[in-house]
Amino acid sequence: MANFLGRVWELLSRRVDSFLFGVALTIAGVGLITLFSAADQNVARLSSQATSLAFALVLMWLVANIAPQTIARAAVPLYGLGVVLLIGVAFWGVSVNGSRRWLNLGFGRFQPSELMKIALPLMLAWYFQKFEGRIGWKDFALAAVLIAVPVYLIKRQPDLGTALLIGASGFYVLYLAGLSWKVIVGLVAAAGAAAPLVWPQLRDYQRERILTFLDPTRDPLGAGYHSSQASIALGSGGVVGKGWLNGTQTHLDFLPERHTDFIFAVFGEEFGLIGNCVLLVLYSLLIGRGMMITANASTQFTRLIAGAVTLMFFTYAFVNMGMVSGVLPVVGVPLPLVSYGGTALISLFIGLGILMSVQAHRKLVNT
Amino acid sequence: MARFLFHAHGRDDDGALVSPELKNPERELFLFHRRLSIAGMLVALALGGLIARFFYLQVVQHRHYQTLAETNRIAIVPIVPNRGVIRDRNGIVLAQSYSAYTLEIQPARVKDLNQTIDALAEIIDVQPRDRKRFKKLLDESRNFESLPLRTRLTDNEVARFAVNRYRFPGVEIKARLFRQYPFGEIASHVVGYIGRINDRDLARIDEWDEVANYKGSDYIGKVGIELSYERELHGTTGVEEVEVDAGGRAVRTLSRAAPASGNDLQLSLDIKLQEVAETAFGTRRGALVAIDPTNGEVLALVSRPAFDPNLFVDGIDTVNWELLNDSPDKPLLNRPLRGAYPPGSAIKPFLALSALSSGRRTPAQTIFDPGFFQLPGAAHRFNDDKPGGHGTVDMYKSIVVSCDTYYYILASETDIDETFRFLSPFGFGRKTGIDIEGELSGILPSRDWKRQRFAGKEFREEHRKWYLGDSISAGIGQGYNAFTPIQLAHAIATIANDGVSYAPHVVKSIRGAGTDAIREIALPPPLTVPLKAEHLAVIKNALAGVPKEGTSAAAFVKSGYVSAGKTGTAQLYSLKGEKYSAGRIDEKLRDHAWYIAYAPADKPRIAVAVLVENGGFGAQAAAPIVRQVLDYYLLGEKKAGPAPAVTLPDAEDQSD
Repeated sequence: MANFLGRVWELLSRRVDSFLFGVALTIAGVGLITLFSAADQNVARLSSQATSLAFALVLMWLVANIAPQTIARAAVPLYGLGVVLLIGVAFWGVSVNGSRRWLNLGFGRFQPSELMKIALPLMLAWYFQKFEGRIGWKDFALAAVLIAVPVYLIKRQPDLGTALLIGASGFYVLYLAGLSWKVIVGLVAAAGAAAPLVWPQLRDYQRERILTFLDPTRDPLGAGYHSSQASIALGSGGVVGKGWLNGTQTHLDFLPERHTDFIFAVFGEEFGLIGNCVLLVLYSLLIGRGMMITANASTQFTRLIAGAVTLMFFTYAFVNMGMVSGVLPVVGVPLPLVSYGGTALISLFIGLGILMSVQAHRKLVNT
Repeated sequence: MARFLFHAHGRDDDGALVSPELKNPERELFLFHRRLSIAGMLVALALGGLIARFFYLQVVQHRHYQTLAETNRIAIVPIVPNRGVIRDRNGIVLAQSYSAYTLEIQPARVKDLNQTIDALAEIIDVQPRDRKRFKKLLDESRNFESLPLRTRLTDNEVARFAVNRYRFPGVEIKARLFRQYPFGEIASHVVGYIGRINDRDLARIDEWDEVANYKGSDYIGKVGIELSYERELHGTTGVEEVEVDAGGRAVRTLSRAAPASGNDLQLSLDIKLQEVAETAFGTRRGALVAIDPTNGEVLALVSRPAFDPNLFVDGIDTVNWELLNDSPDKPLLNRPLRGAYPPGSAIKPFLALSALSSGRRTPAQTIFDPGFFQLPGAAHRFNDDKPGGHGTVDMYKSIVVSCDTYYYILASETDIDETFRFLSPFGFGRKTGIDIEGELSGILPSRDWKRQRFAGKEFREEHRKWYLGDSISAGIGQGYNAFTPIQLAHAIATIANDGVSYAPHVVKSIRGAGTDAIREIALPPPLTVPLKAEHLAVIKNALAGVPKEGTSAAAFVKSGYVSAGKTGTAQLYSLKGEKYSAGRIDEKLRDHAWYIAYAPADKPRIAVAVLVENGGFGAQAAAPIVRQVLDYYLLGEKKAGPAPAVTLPDAEDQSD
C-alpha cells in the first residue's frame, strides 16, 4: 500500500519542479485569500477560481510530463490555429464594449489572444531551433512577420495592451536568440520617433488612457478614476496595511475591477508595504527559478521558450503592479496567478508546465 | 548587412570577432547567458523600481492617501430642511412644500446628453419644454450638480425607470421638496416665489455668512415674502455622514444631525379679502392696498395683472417667461410697491390738513371758483374739472366735490417746502418700510428735490429752479408728485388713526418649527404726526361726505356702513385746455383712477388705497372696487365678478 502510494507520488512529482511549484502555489494561495476579500467574501467566486486552479494544475502536470521536443512539434499547429481563430474573431467575433475579442463556442466564450500568448513564443522558439546555426537576417525578418500578424490582428480588435504584451513575448525570443543590439537600439529609437505618427491612429479611449496616465487628475470621475482610486488604496494601506477584509477602498466599492486587473490594489491596501514586498519576493523567486531553468536548458528551443515564458511572467507582474501603482498606463493585464479568471490562470500554469518540462527533460538531452 | 543583424556569425555585436564558419556552441551559450543576465538585471531593476514606488505611495505619501481614503469613504451629505409654511391671518395655507420624485441628470457623468435624454424619453414622458428647461438649467449650472429633467414623476414612471436604471449611469431619481402655491395668481406679489439659486443669490448667501447652511439647497426666495423672510423660512440644513460607494450611493449612515425646518409665517393678509379685491379688478390693471389703520397690518395687497408663482418653482420655461416679461400689462411689476403714480386729487385732504395746521385756511373760509385759476399777470388758465366752476367753495366742499381751483389758490399762497415738511411725516416720498423688498420711495417734490433731480450737466439753472407753476400743479397732486399705492394707503390709514402711523407690514407672527413658539414680529413704535384733533375732525368729516354726497356717492349708494374716502385722477394726457373725454383717447393714455378710503368712518378698521391704471375718473373705476372690498370686510358680502364701472349721472360729478 505504502509502496503504491509511493509510486503514485513518484509519478505525480517526478517532472514537477518542487521549488517552482511551491512558489507558484503560494502566490496562487495569496491570490485566493485576496480574492475572497475583493469579492466581498463571495464563496462562489472563490470556489470557481479554486476549480480553475485545480484544472490548471492538472494541465501544468500534463505539460510538465511532455518532452520539450513534443511540445515543439505542437508549435506550428498551435500558432496556425491561433492566427485562424484571430481572423475568425475579426469576422465573427462577439463584440463587448466595442471590442471584438471573443469567439462564441456555444458552451462559452474563448479569447484567441490568450492562446497566442503561448503559441507565439513557442512558434518562434521552434523556428530558431529548427534553423539553428543557419540563422540569418532573413530569419529575423520572417520572425518579425510571425510576430506582426497576431499583434496586428489583436491590435485591431482593438486590444492594444494585449497586442503589445504578445509583441513583447515575441521580442523576448528574438532578443534571447541574439538579435543585434543595433537593431534593438534602432527599434527603440524608431518606436520613439513613430510615437507622433501613431498618436493620430489611436482611438479616443486609448489616447484618453495615455493622457490620463500622464495626469490622472484630469478626469477623476472618468478615465483617471481607476488609476487614482488604486493609488489611494495602496497609499492608504501604509506599511502594515488595513488588515485582511478591512480595506475601505475595496469594501466600499471605490475600486473598480477589483477582483481582476486591480486585485493588487486590494492586496496592497489590506497587507501594506510588507505584503507587497513579500509578494514581490515571491515573484522574484519564481522569475529567478525560471531564469535558472533557462540558463540550464540544453537546447536552443528550450532556452528560448523557457526564457520567454519567464520574462513574460515578469512582464505581466511588472505591468500590472506598475499600472495599479500608477507608474504605467492602464492596460488590461491581470496580475499573474492572483487575478480572478480561469483562462489566464490556465495559460500561466501551462507556461509553468513548460518550464518544468524543460527542467525535467534537460538531462536526457545533455547526457 | 547580415553581419550586423545577429551575433552568431560575422562580427559579433558584443564586440569580439568570430569566424563566420566556426560554430562555437560554447561561445553561443556564453552569449546567451550574458543576454539572460542582462535581462535578469533589468528585471531586478524593474522590481526595485516597483518597491521604490510602493515605498513612496505607502510610506512617504501614506498620510495624504489615508486622508483621501477617509474622505472617499465618508461623504458629508447635507439634508435640506423643509421650508416653512406661509399662512394667511386665518391659517389658510398660501405656500407649502411637498415631497415628490424628480428625474435628475448629473451632466458630468453622462457622455452624450442628448442621446441619454432620447433614451429616457422612451420610458418616461419628456416634453420639449422639459428639454428646453433642462438646457437652460445646464447653461446656468455650477460645476457638477445634478439637474432635474422631469419633476413630479408618477409612481408608474418611477417604477419604469427603476427597472431600466442600469442603462443610465449618472441619471437618478431623487425625492425633492417642492414649493406649491395653492392660490396661484392670488396674492402672488405678496407671497412671491422661490427659484433656483443663481450667482447673485450666492453672493447674498455669502454676505449672510450662511454658505454652509445652503449646502444642498437648490432654491431660494426670489420675490415677495419668500424673499424678504428667506432666512426665517429656510431652516437649518442637517448633515448626514454616510459611507458611500464609488457610485456615490450611500451604503450606511454613520451619523446624522437632523435638519431643522424653516419657521412658519403667519401673514396679516386675509386671503379671502385678497380674493375679493383681485376679483373686483376683473381685467383692469392696477393696485390695491388694504391696511388695518390701528396697527399697520396689511389685509390685502393687490397687483393686477398677476402671475402664477408655481410656474417659477422648477425654473420657468421660455414661452411663459416671455409671455410674462414682455407683456405690455407688466404682470411681474409689483404695482403697490413699485408703481409710482401722481396722486391727483387724492392728495387734497392732506393739503387741506396742511392749510389748517399752518393757519392759512379755516374750515369756513371760502373762495370763488369760476372754473379756472390764473396766476396774476399770466395768460395761462389752470382749468377746473367742472366747466363753469363750483362757485363758492369752503374746505368741506373743496374735498367733497374735489374743487381744483380751491387748491390752485392754496398752492399759489403756500411755499412748496412748507408743503413738503407737512406731508413728509405721512410717509410720502419715502419708503413705508413694508416687509417686502423692492419698495420705491416715490417723489414728494421740494426745492431741494428739484435741484438734485436736475443736477446733471445736461440741465441748466432754469431747469433746477422751482417755479410757482410747479407749485400750482403739485397743488392738485399732479406735476412732480409720484406716490406708490402703499404710500397712499399708509397715509390715509394715518388719518384714519388720528395721526398715529404704523409701518405697514405683511407678516404678523413667526412660528418656530418644532418648538411651536409663536413670536410676534417686533414692530417699530408708531410715529405720531402732530395734528390738532379739531383739524382732523374737519378733514374726516369732509372725507365722510365724499361717498355720501360727493364724487364717489354713486359707488356707495346704500352701503351698509359709513365710510370716508377721496377720489383722485392722475393725468397722463395733457389736455391743454381741452375737455377730457375718455372715449376719445387711446386707453393707454387715459388717466389713472385713484380711490382712498377708510371705514367705518367713526372707528376705522380698514384703510384702502386703490389705483386703476388708465381707469379714467377715480369715481368711475376705483371707487366701486373699494366698495366691494369694504362690503366684504365689514359686512361679509361677497359679490361675484368684477366691480362694475359706475356710470356717472351727469357731467357735474365728473370731477375730482
